[in-house]
Amino acid sequence: MEPRRAPRTVIDPKVRQVGFFAPGAPPERAVSGPPAPIASSSSSSPPVSDLSPSLSPVMIPPPRHSSADNALLPSSSSSRPVPASPLRQDSLTPASGRRYSKPSEFFPAMSLTASSSYAGRMVGNAEFSDDLRGNMVTVVPAASSFPSGGFDLTAVKASSVPASGLTTVSVVKMMPPVYDPETIVEKVGGSVEVQNDRPESSKPLKEKTSKAERRALQEAQRAAKAAAKAEGSKVPASSGAVMGANAKPTKATKSHSQKNDSATVAGSEKRGGDRLSEKDRKKDAPHPRMQYDDKIRVEKAKRRAVVKQTEARNRVELFRHLPQYEHGTQLPDLESKFFQLDPVHPAVYKVGLQYLSGSISGGNARCIAMLEAFREAIKDYSTPSEKTLSRDLTAKINSYVSFLIECRPLSISMGNAIRFLKSRIAKVPLTLSESEAKALLQSDIEHFINEKIILADNVIVNHAVTKIKDGDVLLTYGSSSAVEMILLHAHELGKQFRVVVVDSRPKLEGKLLLRRLVGKGLSCTYTNINAISYIMREVTQVFLGASSVLSNGTVYSRVGTACVAMVAHEFRVPVLVCCEAYKFHERVLLDSICSNELGDPDVISEVPGRDDINYLDGLTNSENLQLLNLIYDATPSDYVSMIVTDYGMVPPTSVPVIVREYRREHVWV
Amino acid sequence: MWRRSASFILDQRYQHDAASTSKPETLSLSPPQTESSHMAASVEPFNQNPNPKISAYYQTRAAHTGVVTPDWLAQAQAAVGRQTEDLPLPEPDLKESDSGKSFSVIQEFDNWRKQPDLAEAVAAIRALAAVIRASEATTMMELEIELKKASDSLKSWDTTSISLTAGCDLFMRYVTRTSALEYEDFNSARSRLIERAEKFGEISYKARRIIAMLSQDFIFDGCTILVHGFSRVVLEVLKTAAQNKKLFRVLCTEGRPDRTGLRLSNELAKLDVPVKLLIDSAAAYSMDEVDMVFVGADGVVESGGIINMMGTYQIALVAHSMNKPVYVAAESYKFARLYPLDQKDMAPALRPIDFGVPIPSKVEVETSARDYTPPQYLTLLFTDLGVLTPSVVSDELIQLYL
Repeated sequence: MEPRRAPRTVIDPKVRQVGFFAPGAPPERAVSGPPAPIASSSSSSPPVSDLSPSLSPVMIPPPRHSSADNALLPSSSSSRPVPASPLRQDSLTPASGRRYSKPSEFFPAMSLTASSSYAGRMVGNAEFSDDLRGNMVTVVPAASSFPSGGFDLTAVKASSVPASGLTTVSVVKMMPPVYDPETIVEKVGGSVEVQNDRPESSKPLKEKTSKAERRALQEAQRAAKAAAKAEGSKVPASSGAVMGANAKPTKATKSHSQKNDSATVAGSEKRGGDRLSEKDRKKDAPHPRMQYDDKIRVEKAKRRAVVKQTEARNRVELFRHLPQYEHGTQLPDLESKFFQLDPVHPAVYKVGLQYLSGSISGGNARCIAMLEAFREAIKDYSTPSEKTLSRDLTAKINSYVSFLIECRPLSISMGNAIRFLKSRIAKVPLTLSESEAKALLQSDIEHFINEKIILADNVIVNHAVTKIKDGDVLLTYGSSSAVEMILLHAHELGKQFRVVVVDSRPKLEGKLLLRRLVGKGLSCTYTNINAISYIMREVTQVFLGASSVLSNGTVYSRVGTACVAMVAHEFRVPVLVCCEAYKFHERVLLDSICSNELGDPDVISEVPGRDDINYLDGLTNSENLQLLNLIYDATPSDYVSMIVTDYGMVPPTSVPVIVREYRREHVWV
Repeated sequence: MWRRSASFILDQRYQHDAASTSKPETLSLSPPQTESSHMAASVEPFNQNPNPKISAYYQTRAAHTGVVTPDWLAQAQAAVGRQTEDLPLPEPDLKESDSGKSFSVIQEFDNWRKQPDLAEAVAAIRALAAVIRASEATTMMELEIELKKASDSLKSWDTTSISLTAGCDLFMRYVTRTSALEYEDFNSARSRLIERAEKFGEISYKARRIIAMLSQDFIFDGCTILVHGFSRVVLEVLKTAAQNKKLFRVLCTEGRPDRTGLRLSNELAKLDVPVKLLIDSAAAYSMDEVDMVFVGADGVVESGGIINMMGTYQIALVAHSMNKPVYVAAESYKFARLYPLDQKDMAPALRPIDFGVPIPSKVEVETSARDYTPPQYLTLLFTDLGVLTPSVVSDELIQLYL
């Protein structure tokens, strides 16, 4: 994509010279004389390339803001302590946030003497520290650029041996406590890679510091080695493998003591405790999604969880990577904990409870509720002393987000909204006062809600309504707010059409939609999804909502949507998916297994009020029975005729374009 | 209305009963009414299309490319030859209409449109340029509003012409993006716009050349090409191929009802390209000897499909089922922000059809002039932006209009 996009900003990209393109065009078409070989004809004719200096009329000059954008790029990167291209940075925000804040959070908590002796031992080994070097070098700028509570690393590290060892410790500390020498090295390598992932703009700086750094380090190593030799210390400075093996127990005990330490701190001092949990959370933030079949991480996640989840007994085999919890137990538990939950803002807490109880559902409603809660939280936020707003607020938002995740997994739209908010927070100019910054962020959130959700819905409605003709029979599945608005608007315009509402157990959301539609005087048919193949014959168009649209055109939506779309496709009925652009995501999804949400299995095993058919009573604990209540499914793009978004009506193949455009606007506005 | 299920028999009959008093044939497919009425909401009363029932676009096409008579050909030839020197010619009478207050975009457009070799989009843009010239606006904003009005009235004058709409939109897009911010001086901005509009015609010709060049790689020696209808771009492509001494054979469909295929076969015969004429219904019969299908397009829509002369869809279907590539040659100003879901989901373009014998009044005649070919039946689009797959069209449109 990039090479193709690049010419856009240049004045005359539209006449693209594709492939074999001859430098000139053959002569006037009136000539019908002896056909000339192409080379000679091209030489005789006006070259096509003289189109290029002038702007082709077919080509529209790039929107005005683009030049400003270009100007903005360098400045934005220079203003950031660690430059990152906007694109990259917004996709990496959770990770990078984690990266920045970690060392600083470690240092104050660390006992200096213990760590420096440990560091000395570490540094004593040449090979191991060789492995580490790259990492150390890259981490240090990040840490030093961070106002870490008056702990001036850059000054210290260059001067003395123990201090440079200290940086090593900070690196080692970053590793999760997996006690295997290979993985340690591997992890370090991994983090090096992440660091290198940063764009070139940061390279020169890195290079410079790394040279000085390397020299200092080598000297330090030499000194340490000599010291170790002379001392005849317990650490044999022979080979990396031995060292690694040795590092294992020390590391283990170290981290254990650290953990105990922090636990006692948490017990005695509230502040330290929640900081630790925040950090932990960030570590496990759903960057690549949390895989719930990863025992170690689940254990850890559980330890810090605010919401007490009991795992379901019979987990569905294929979906072990998704959280499967007993439902209905968390709410009272969480309610009782209200006064202990210091770090969570009441508004966020309220929204969390609403997610948990299911009183807010639907992509837009959840997203708006979350953003409103964040707005409240930002309003009441005050930066603690010795911290910068952007860092601390990001951490705060992260902790809120992980709280919300515990209540219910985020939808992709919410993920996008959070990403937006974080990028805005990260971009708050340092010169702004706190109240100004807060006002700015609040208005940003407001704008997001208004423009990306409410206005977007209006635009979608206006687009989609043009597709509704008199005599149409429109089918919709479940309850989508966008589709409902479309139907109501078309009705207001006086179009004559019928609606078929298809619904499915267990949520039966369609009934609510049906109630509202019938109340407005639309003529409706209500049926369950079992009858889809019958009812599809009389349908002329299918309107579907979506939780998200992914960049291969896959529509991620309420379970059953794929079935409806497939049947419609088979009957050659056009399927229109209505989805706001903020729900688009660059991820690619091929099936409904990788990422999904599991609902309460009990609701599919029993039908309330029908004791006579509750055959599964008492069987739910049987080992042979696995109940699967999927919430979402993925509709392949083949079954989708059109996606109606706020950018107009587009085919599913151009979702990546929207994602690209949307992101650009998103970052540069 | 496609009420195919049993549950609808009742209200269908009810409808019948209600309608039978007025007219026996209510079941005719008539979604258009609503659409055209809501589209024509902004029609100015004095510039009404004389016969809104019949598509002006297809009338002109028929006049330009339809039945071939020797004297008409001579005329057309003369017009083509003259065209380049001719360009400034309409300006005098334009000045006239300037001085007379009764300047009308539509008249202007109509004048331009009469030229057989001028694409409709170009004519539209030239007409809009004339609006700029005639306008007495003193600020960019005024001018924009005036232009907007003019383009709206143009668009509503002939809703069936996609390239007219696309041309207007394109130019308006240019105007809004180039407003006075970049040029402090209003007059320079204005002359800049006019200059652009003038250039457009030339560029549209160049676009054809580009397409012809691009397509050369796809025409190989010894291939057989099926062509449907008359398209200036396709003719240009084939002409270039002939000039490049490619050896190929062309099968031309007849292109009923205006027999545009005949015209194309004539032109090709003049180039010494072996041509065979088929009746439209012989497409499937001769498809097995065809190596590729080449069609033009009246409009390229957002899905990547094309709207083209009636019969394109069936040829594309047949070609698809026999695994033959279908290539579309279309200039990028034909890209339109439309998204038909099916054949009936377009503003209807009707055209009288002469069957040669009187048709009883009870017999209904399908007079639609065009159909929609969905993107999955097209292989590639040759445009002046390059050789595109159908899915890129939407990309380009989003770039253009967002």
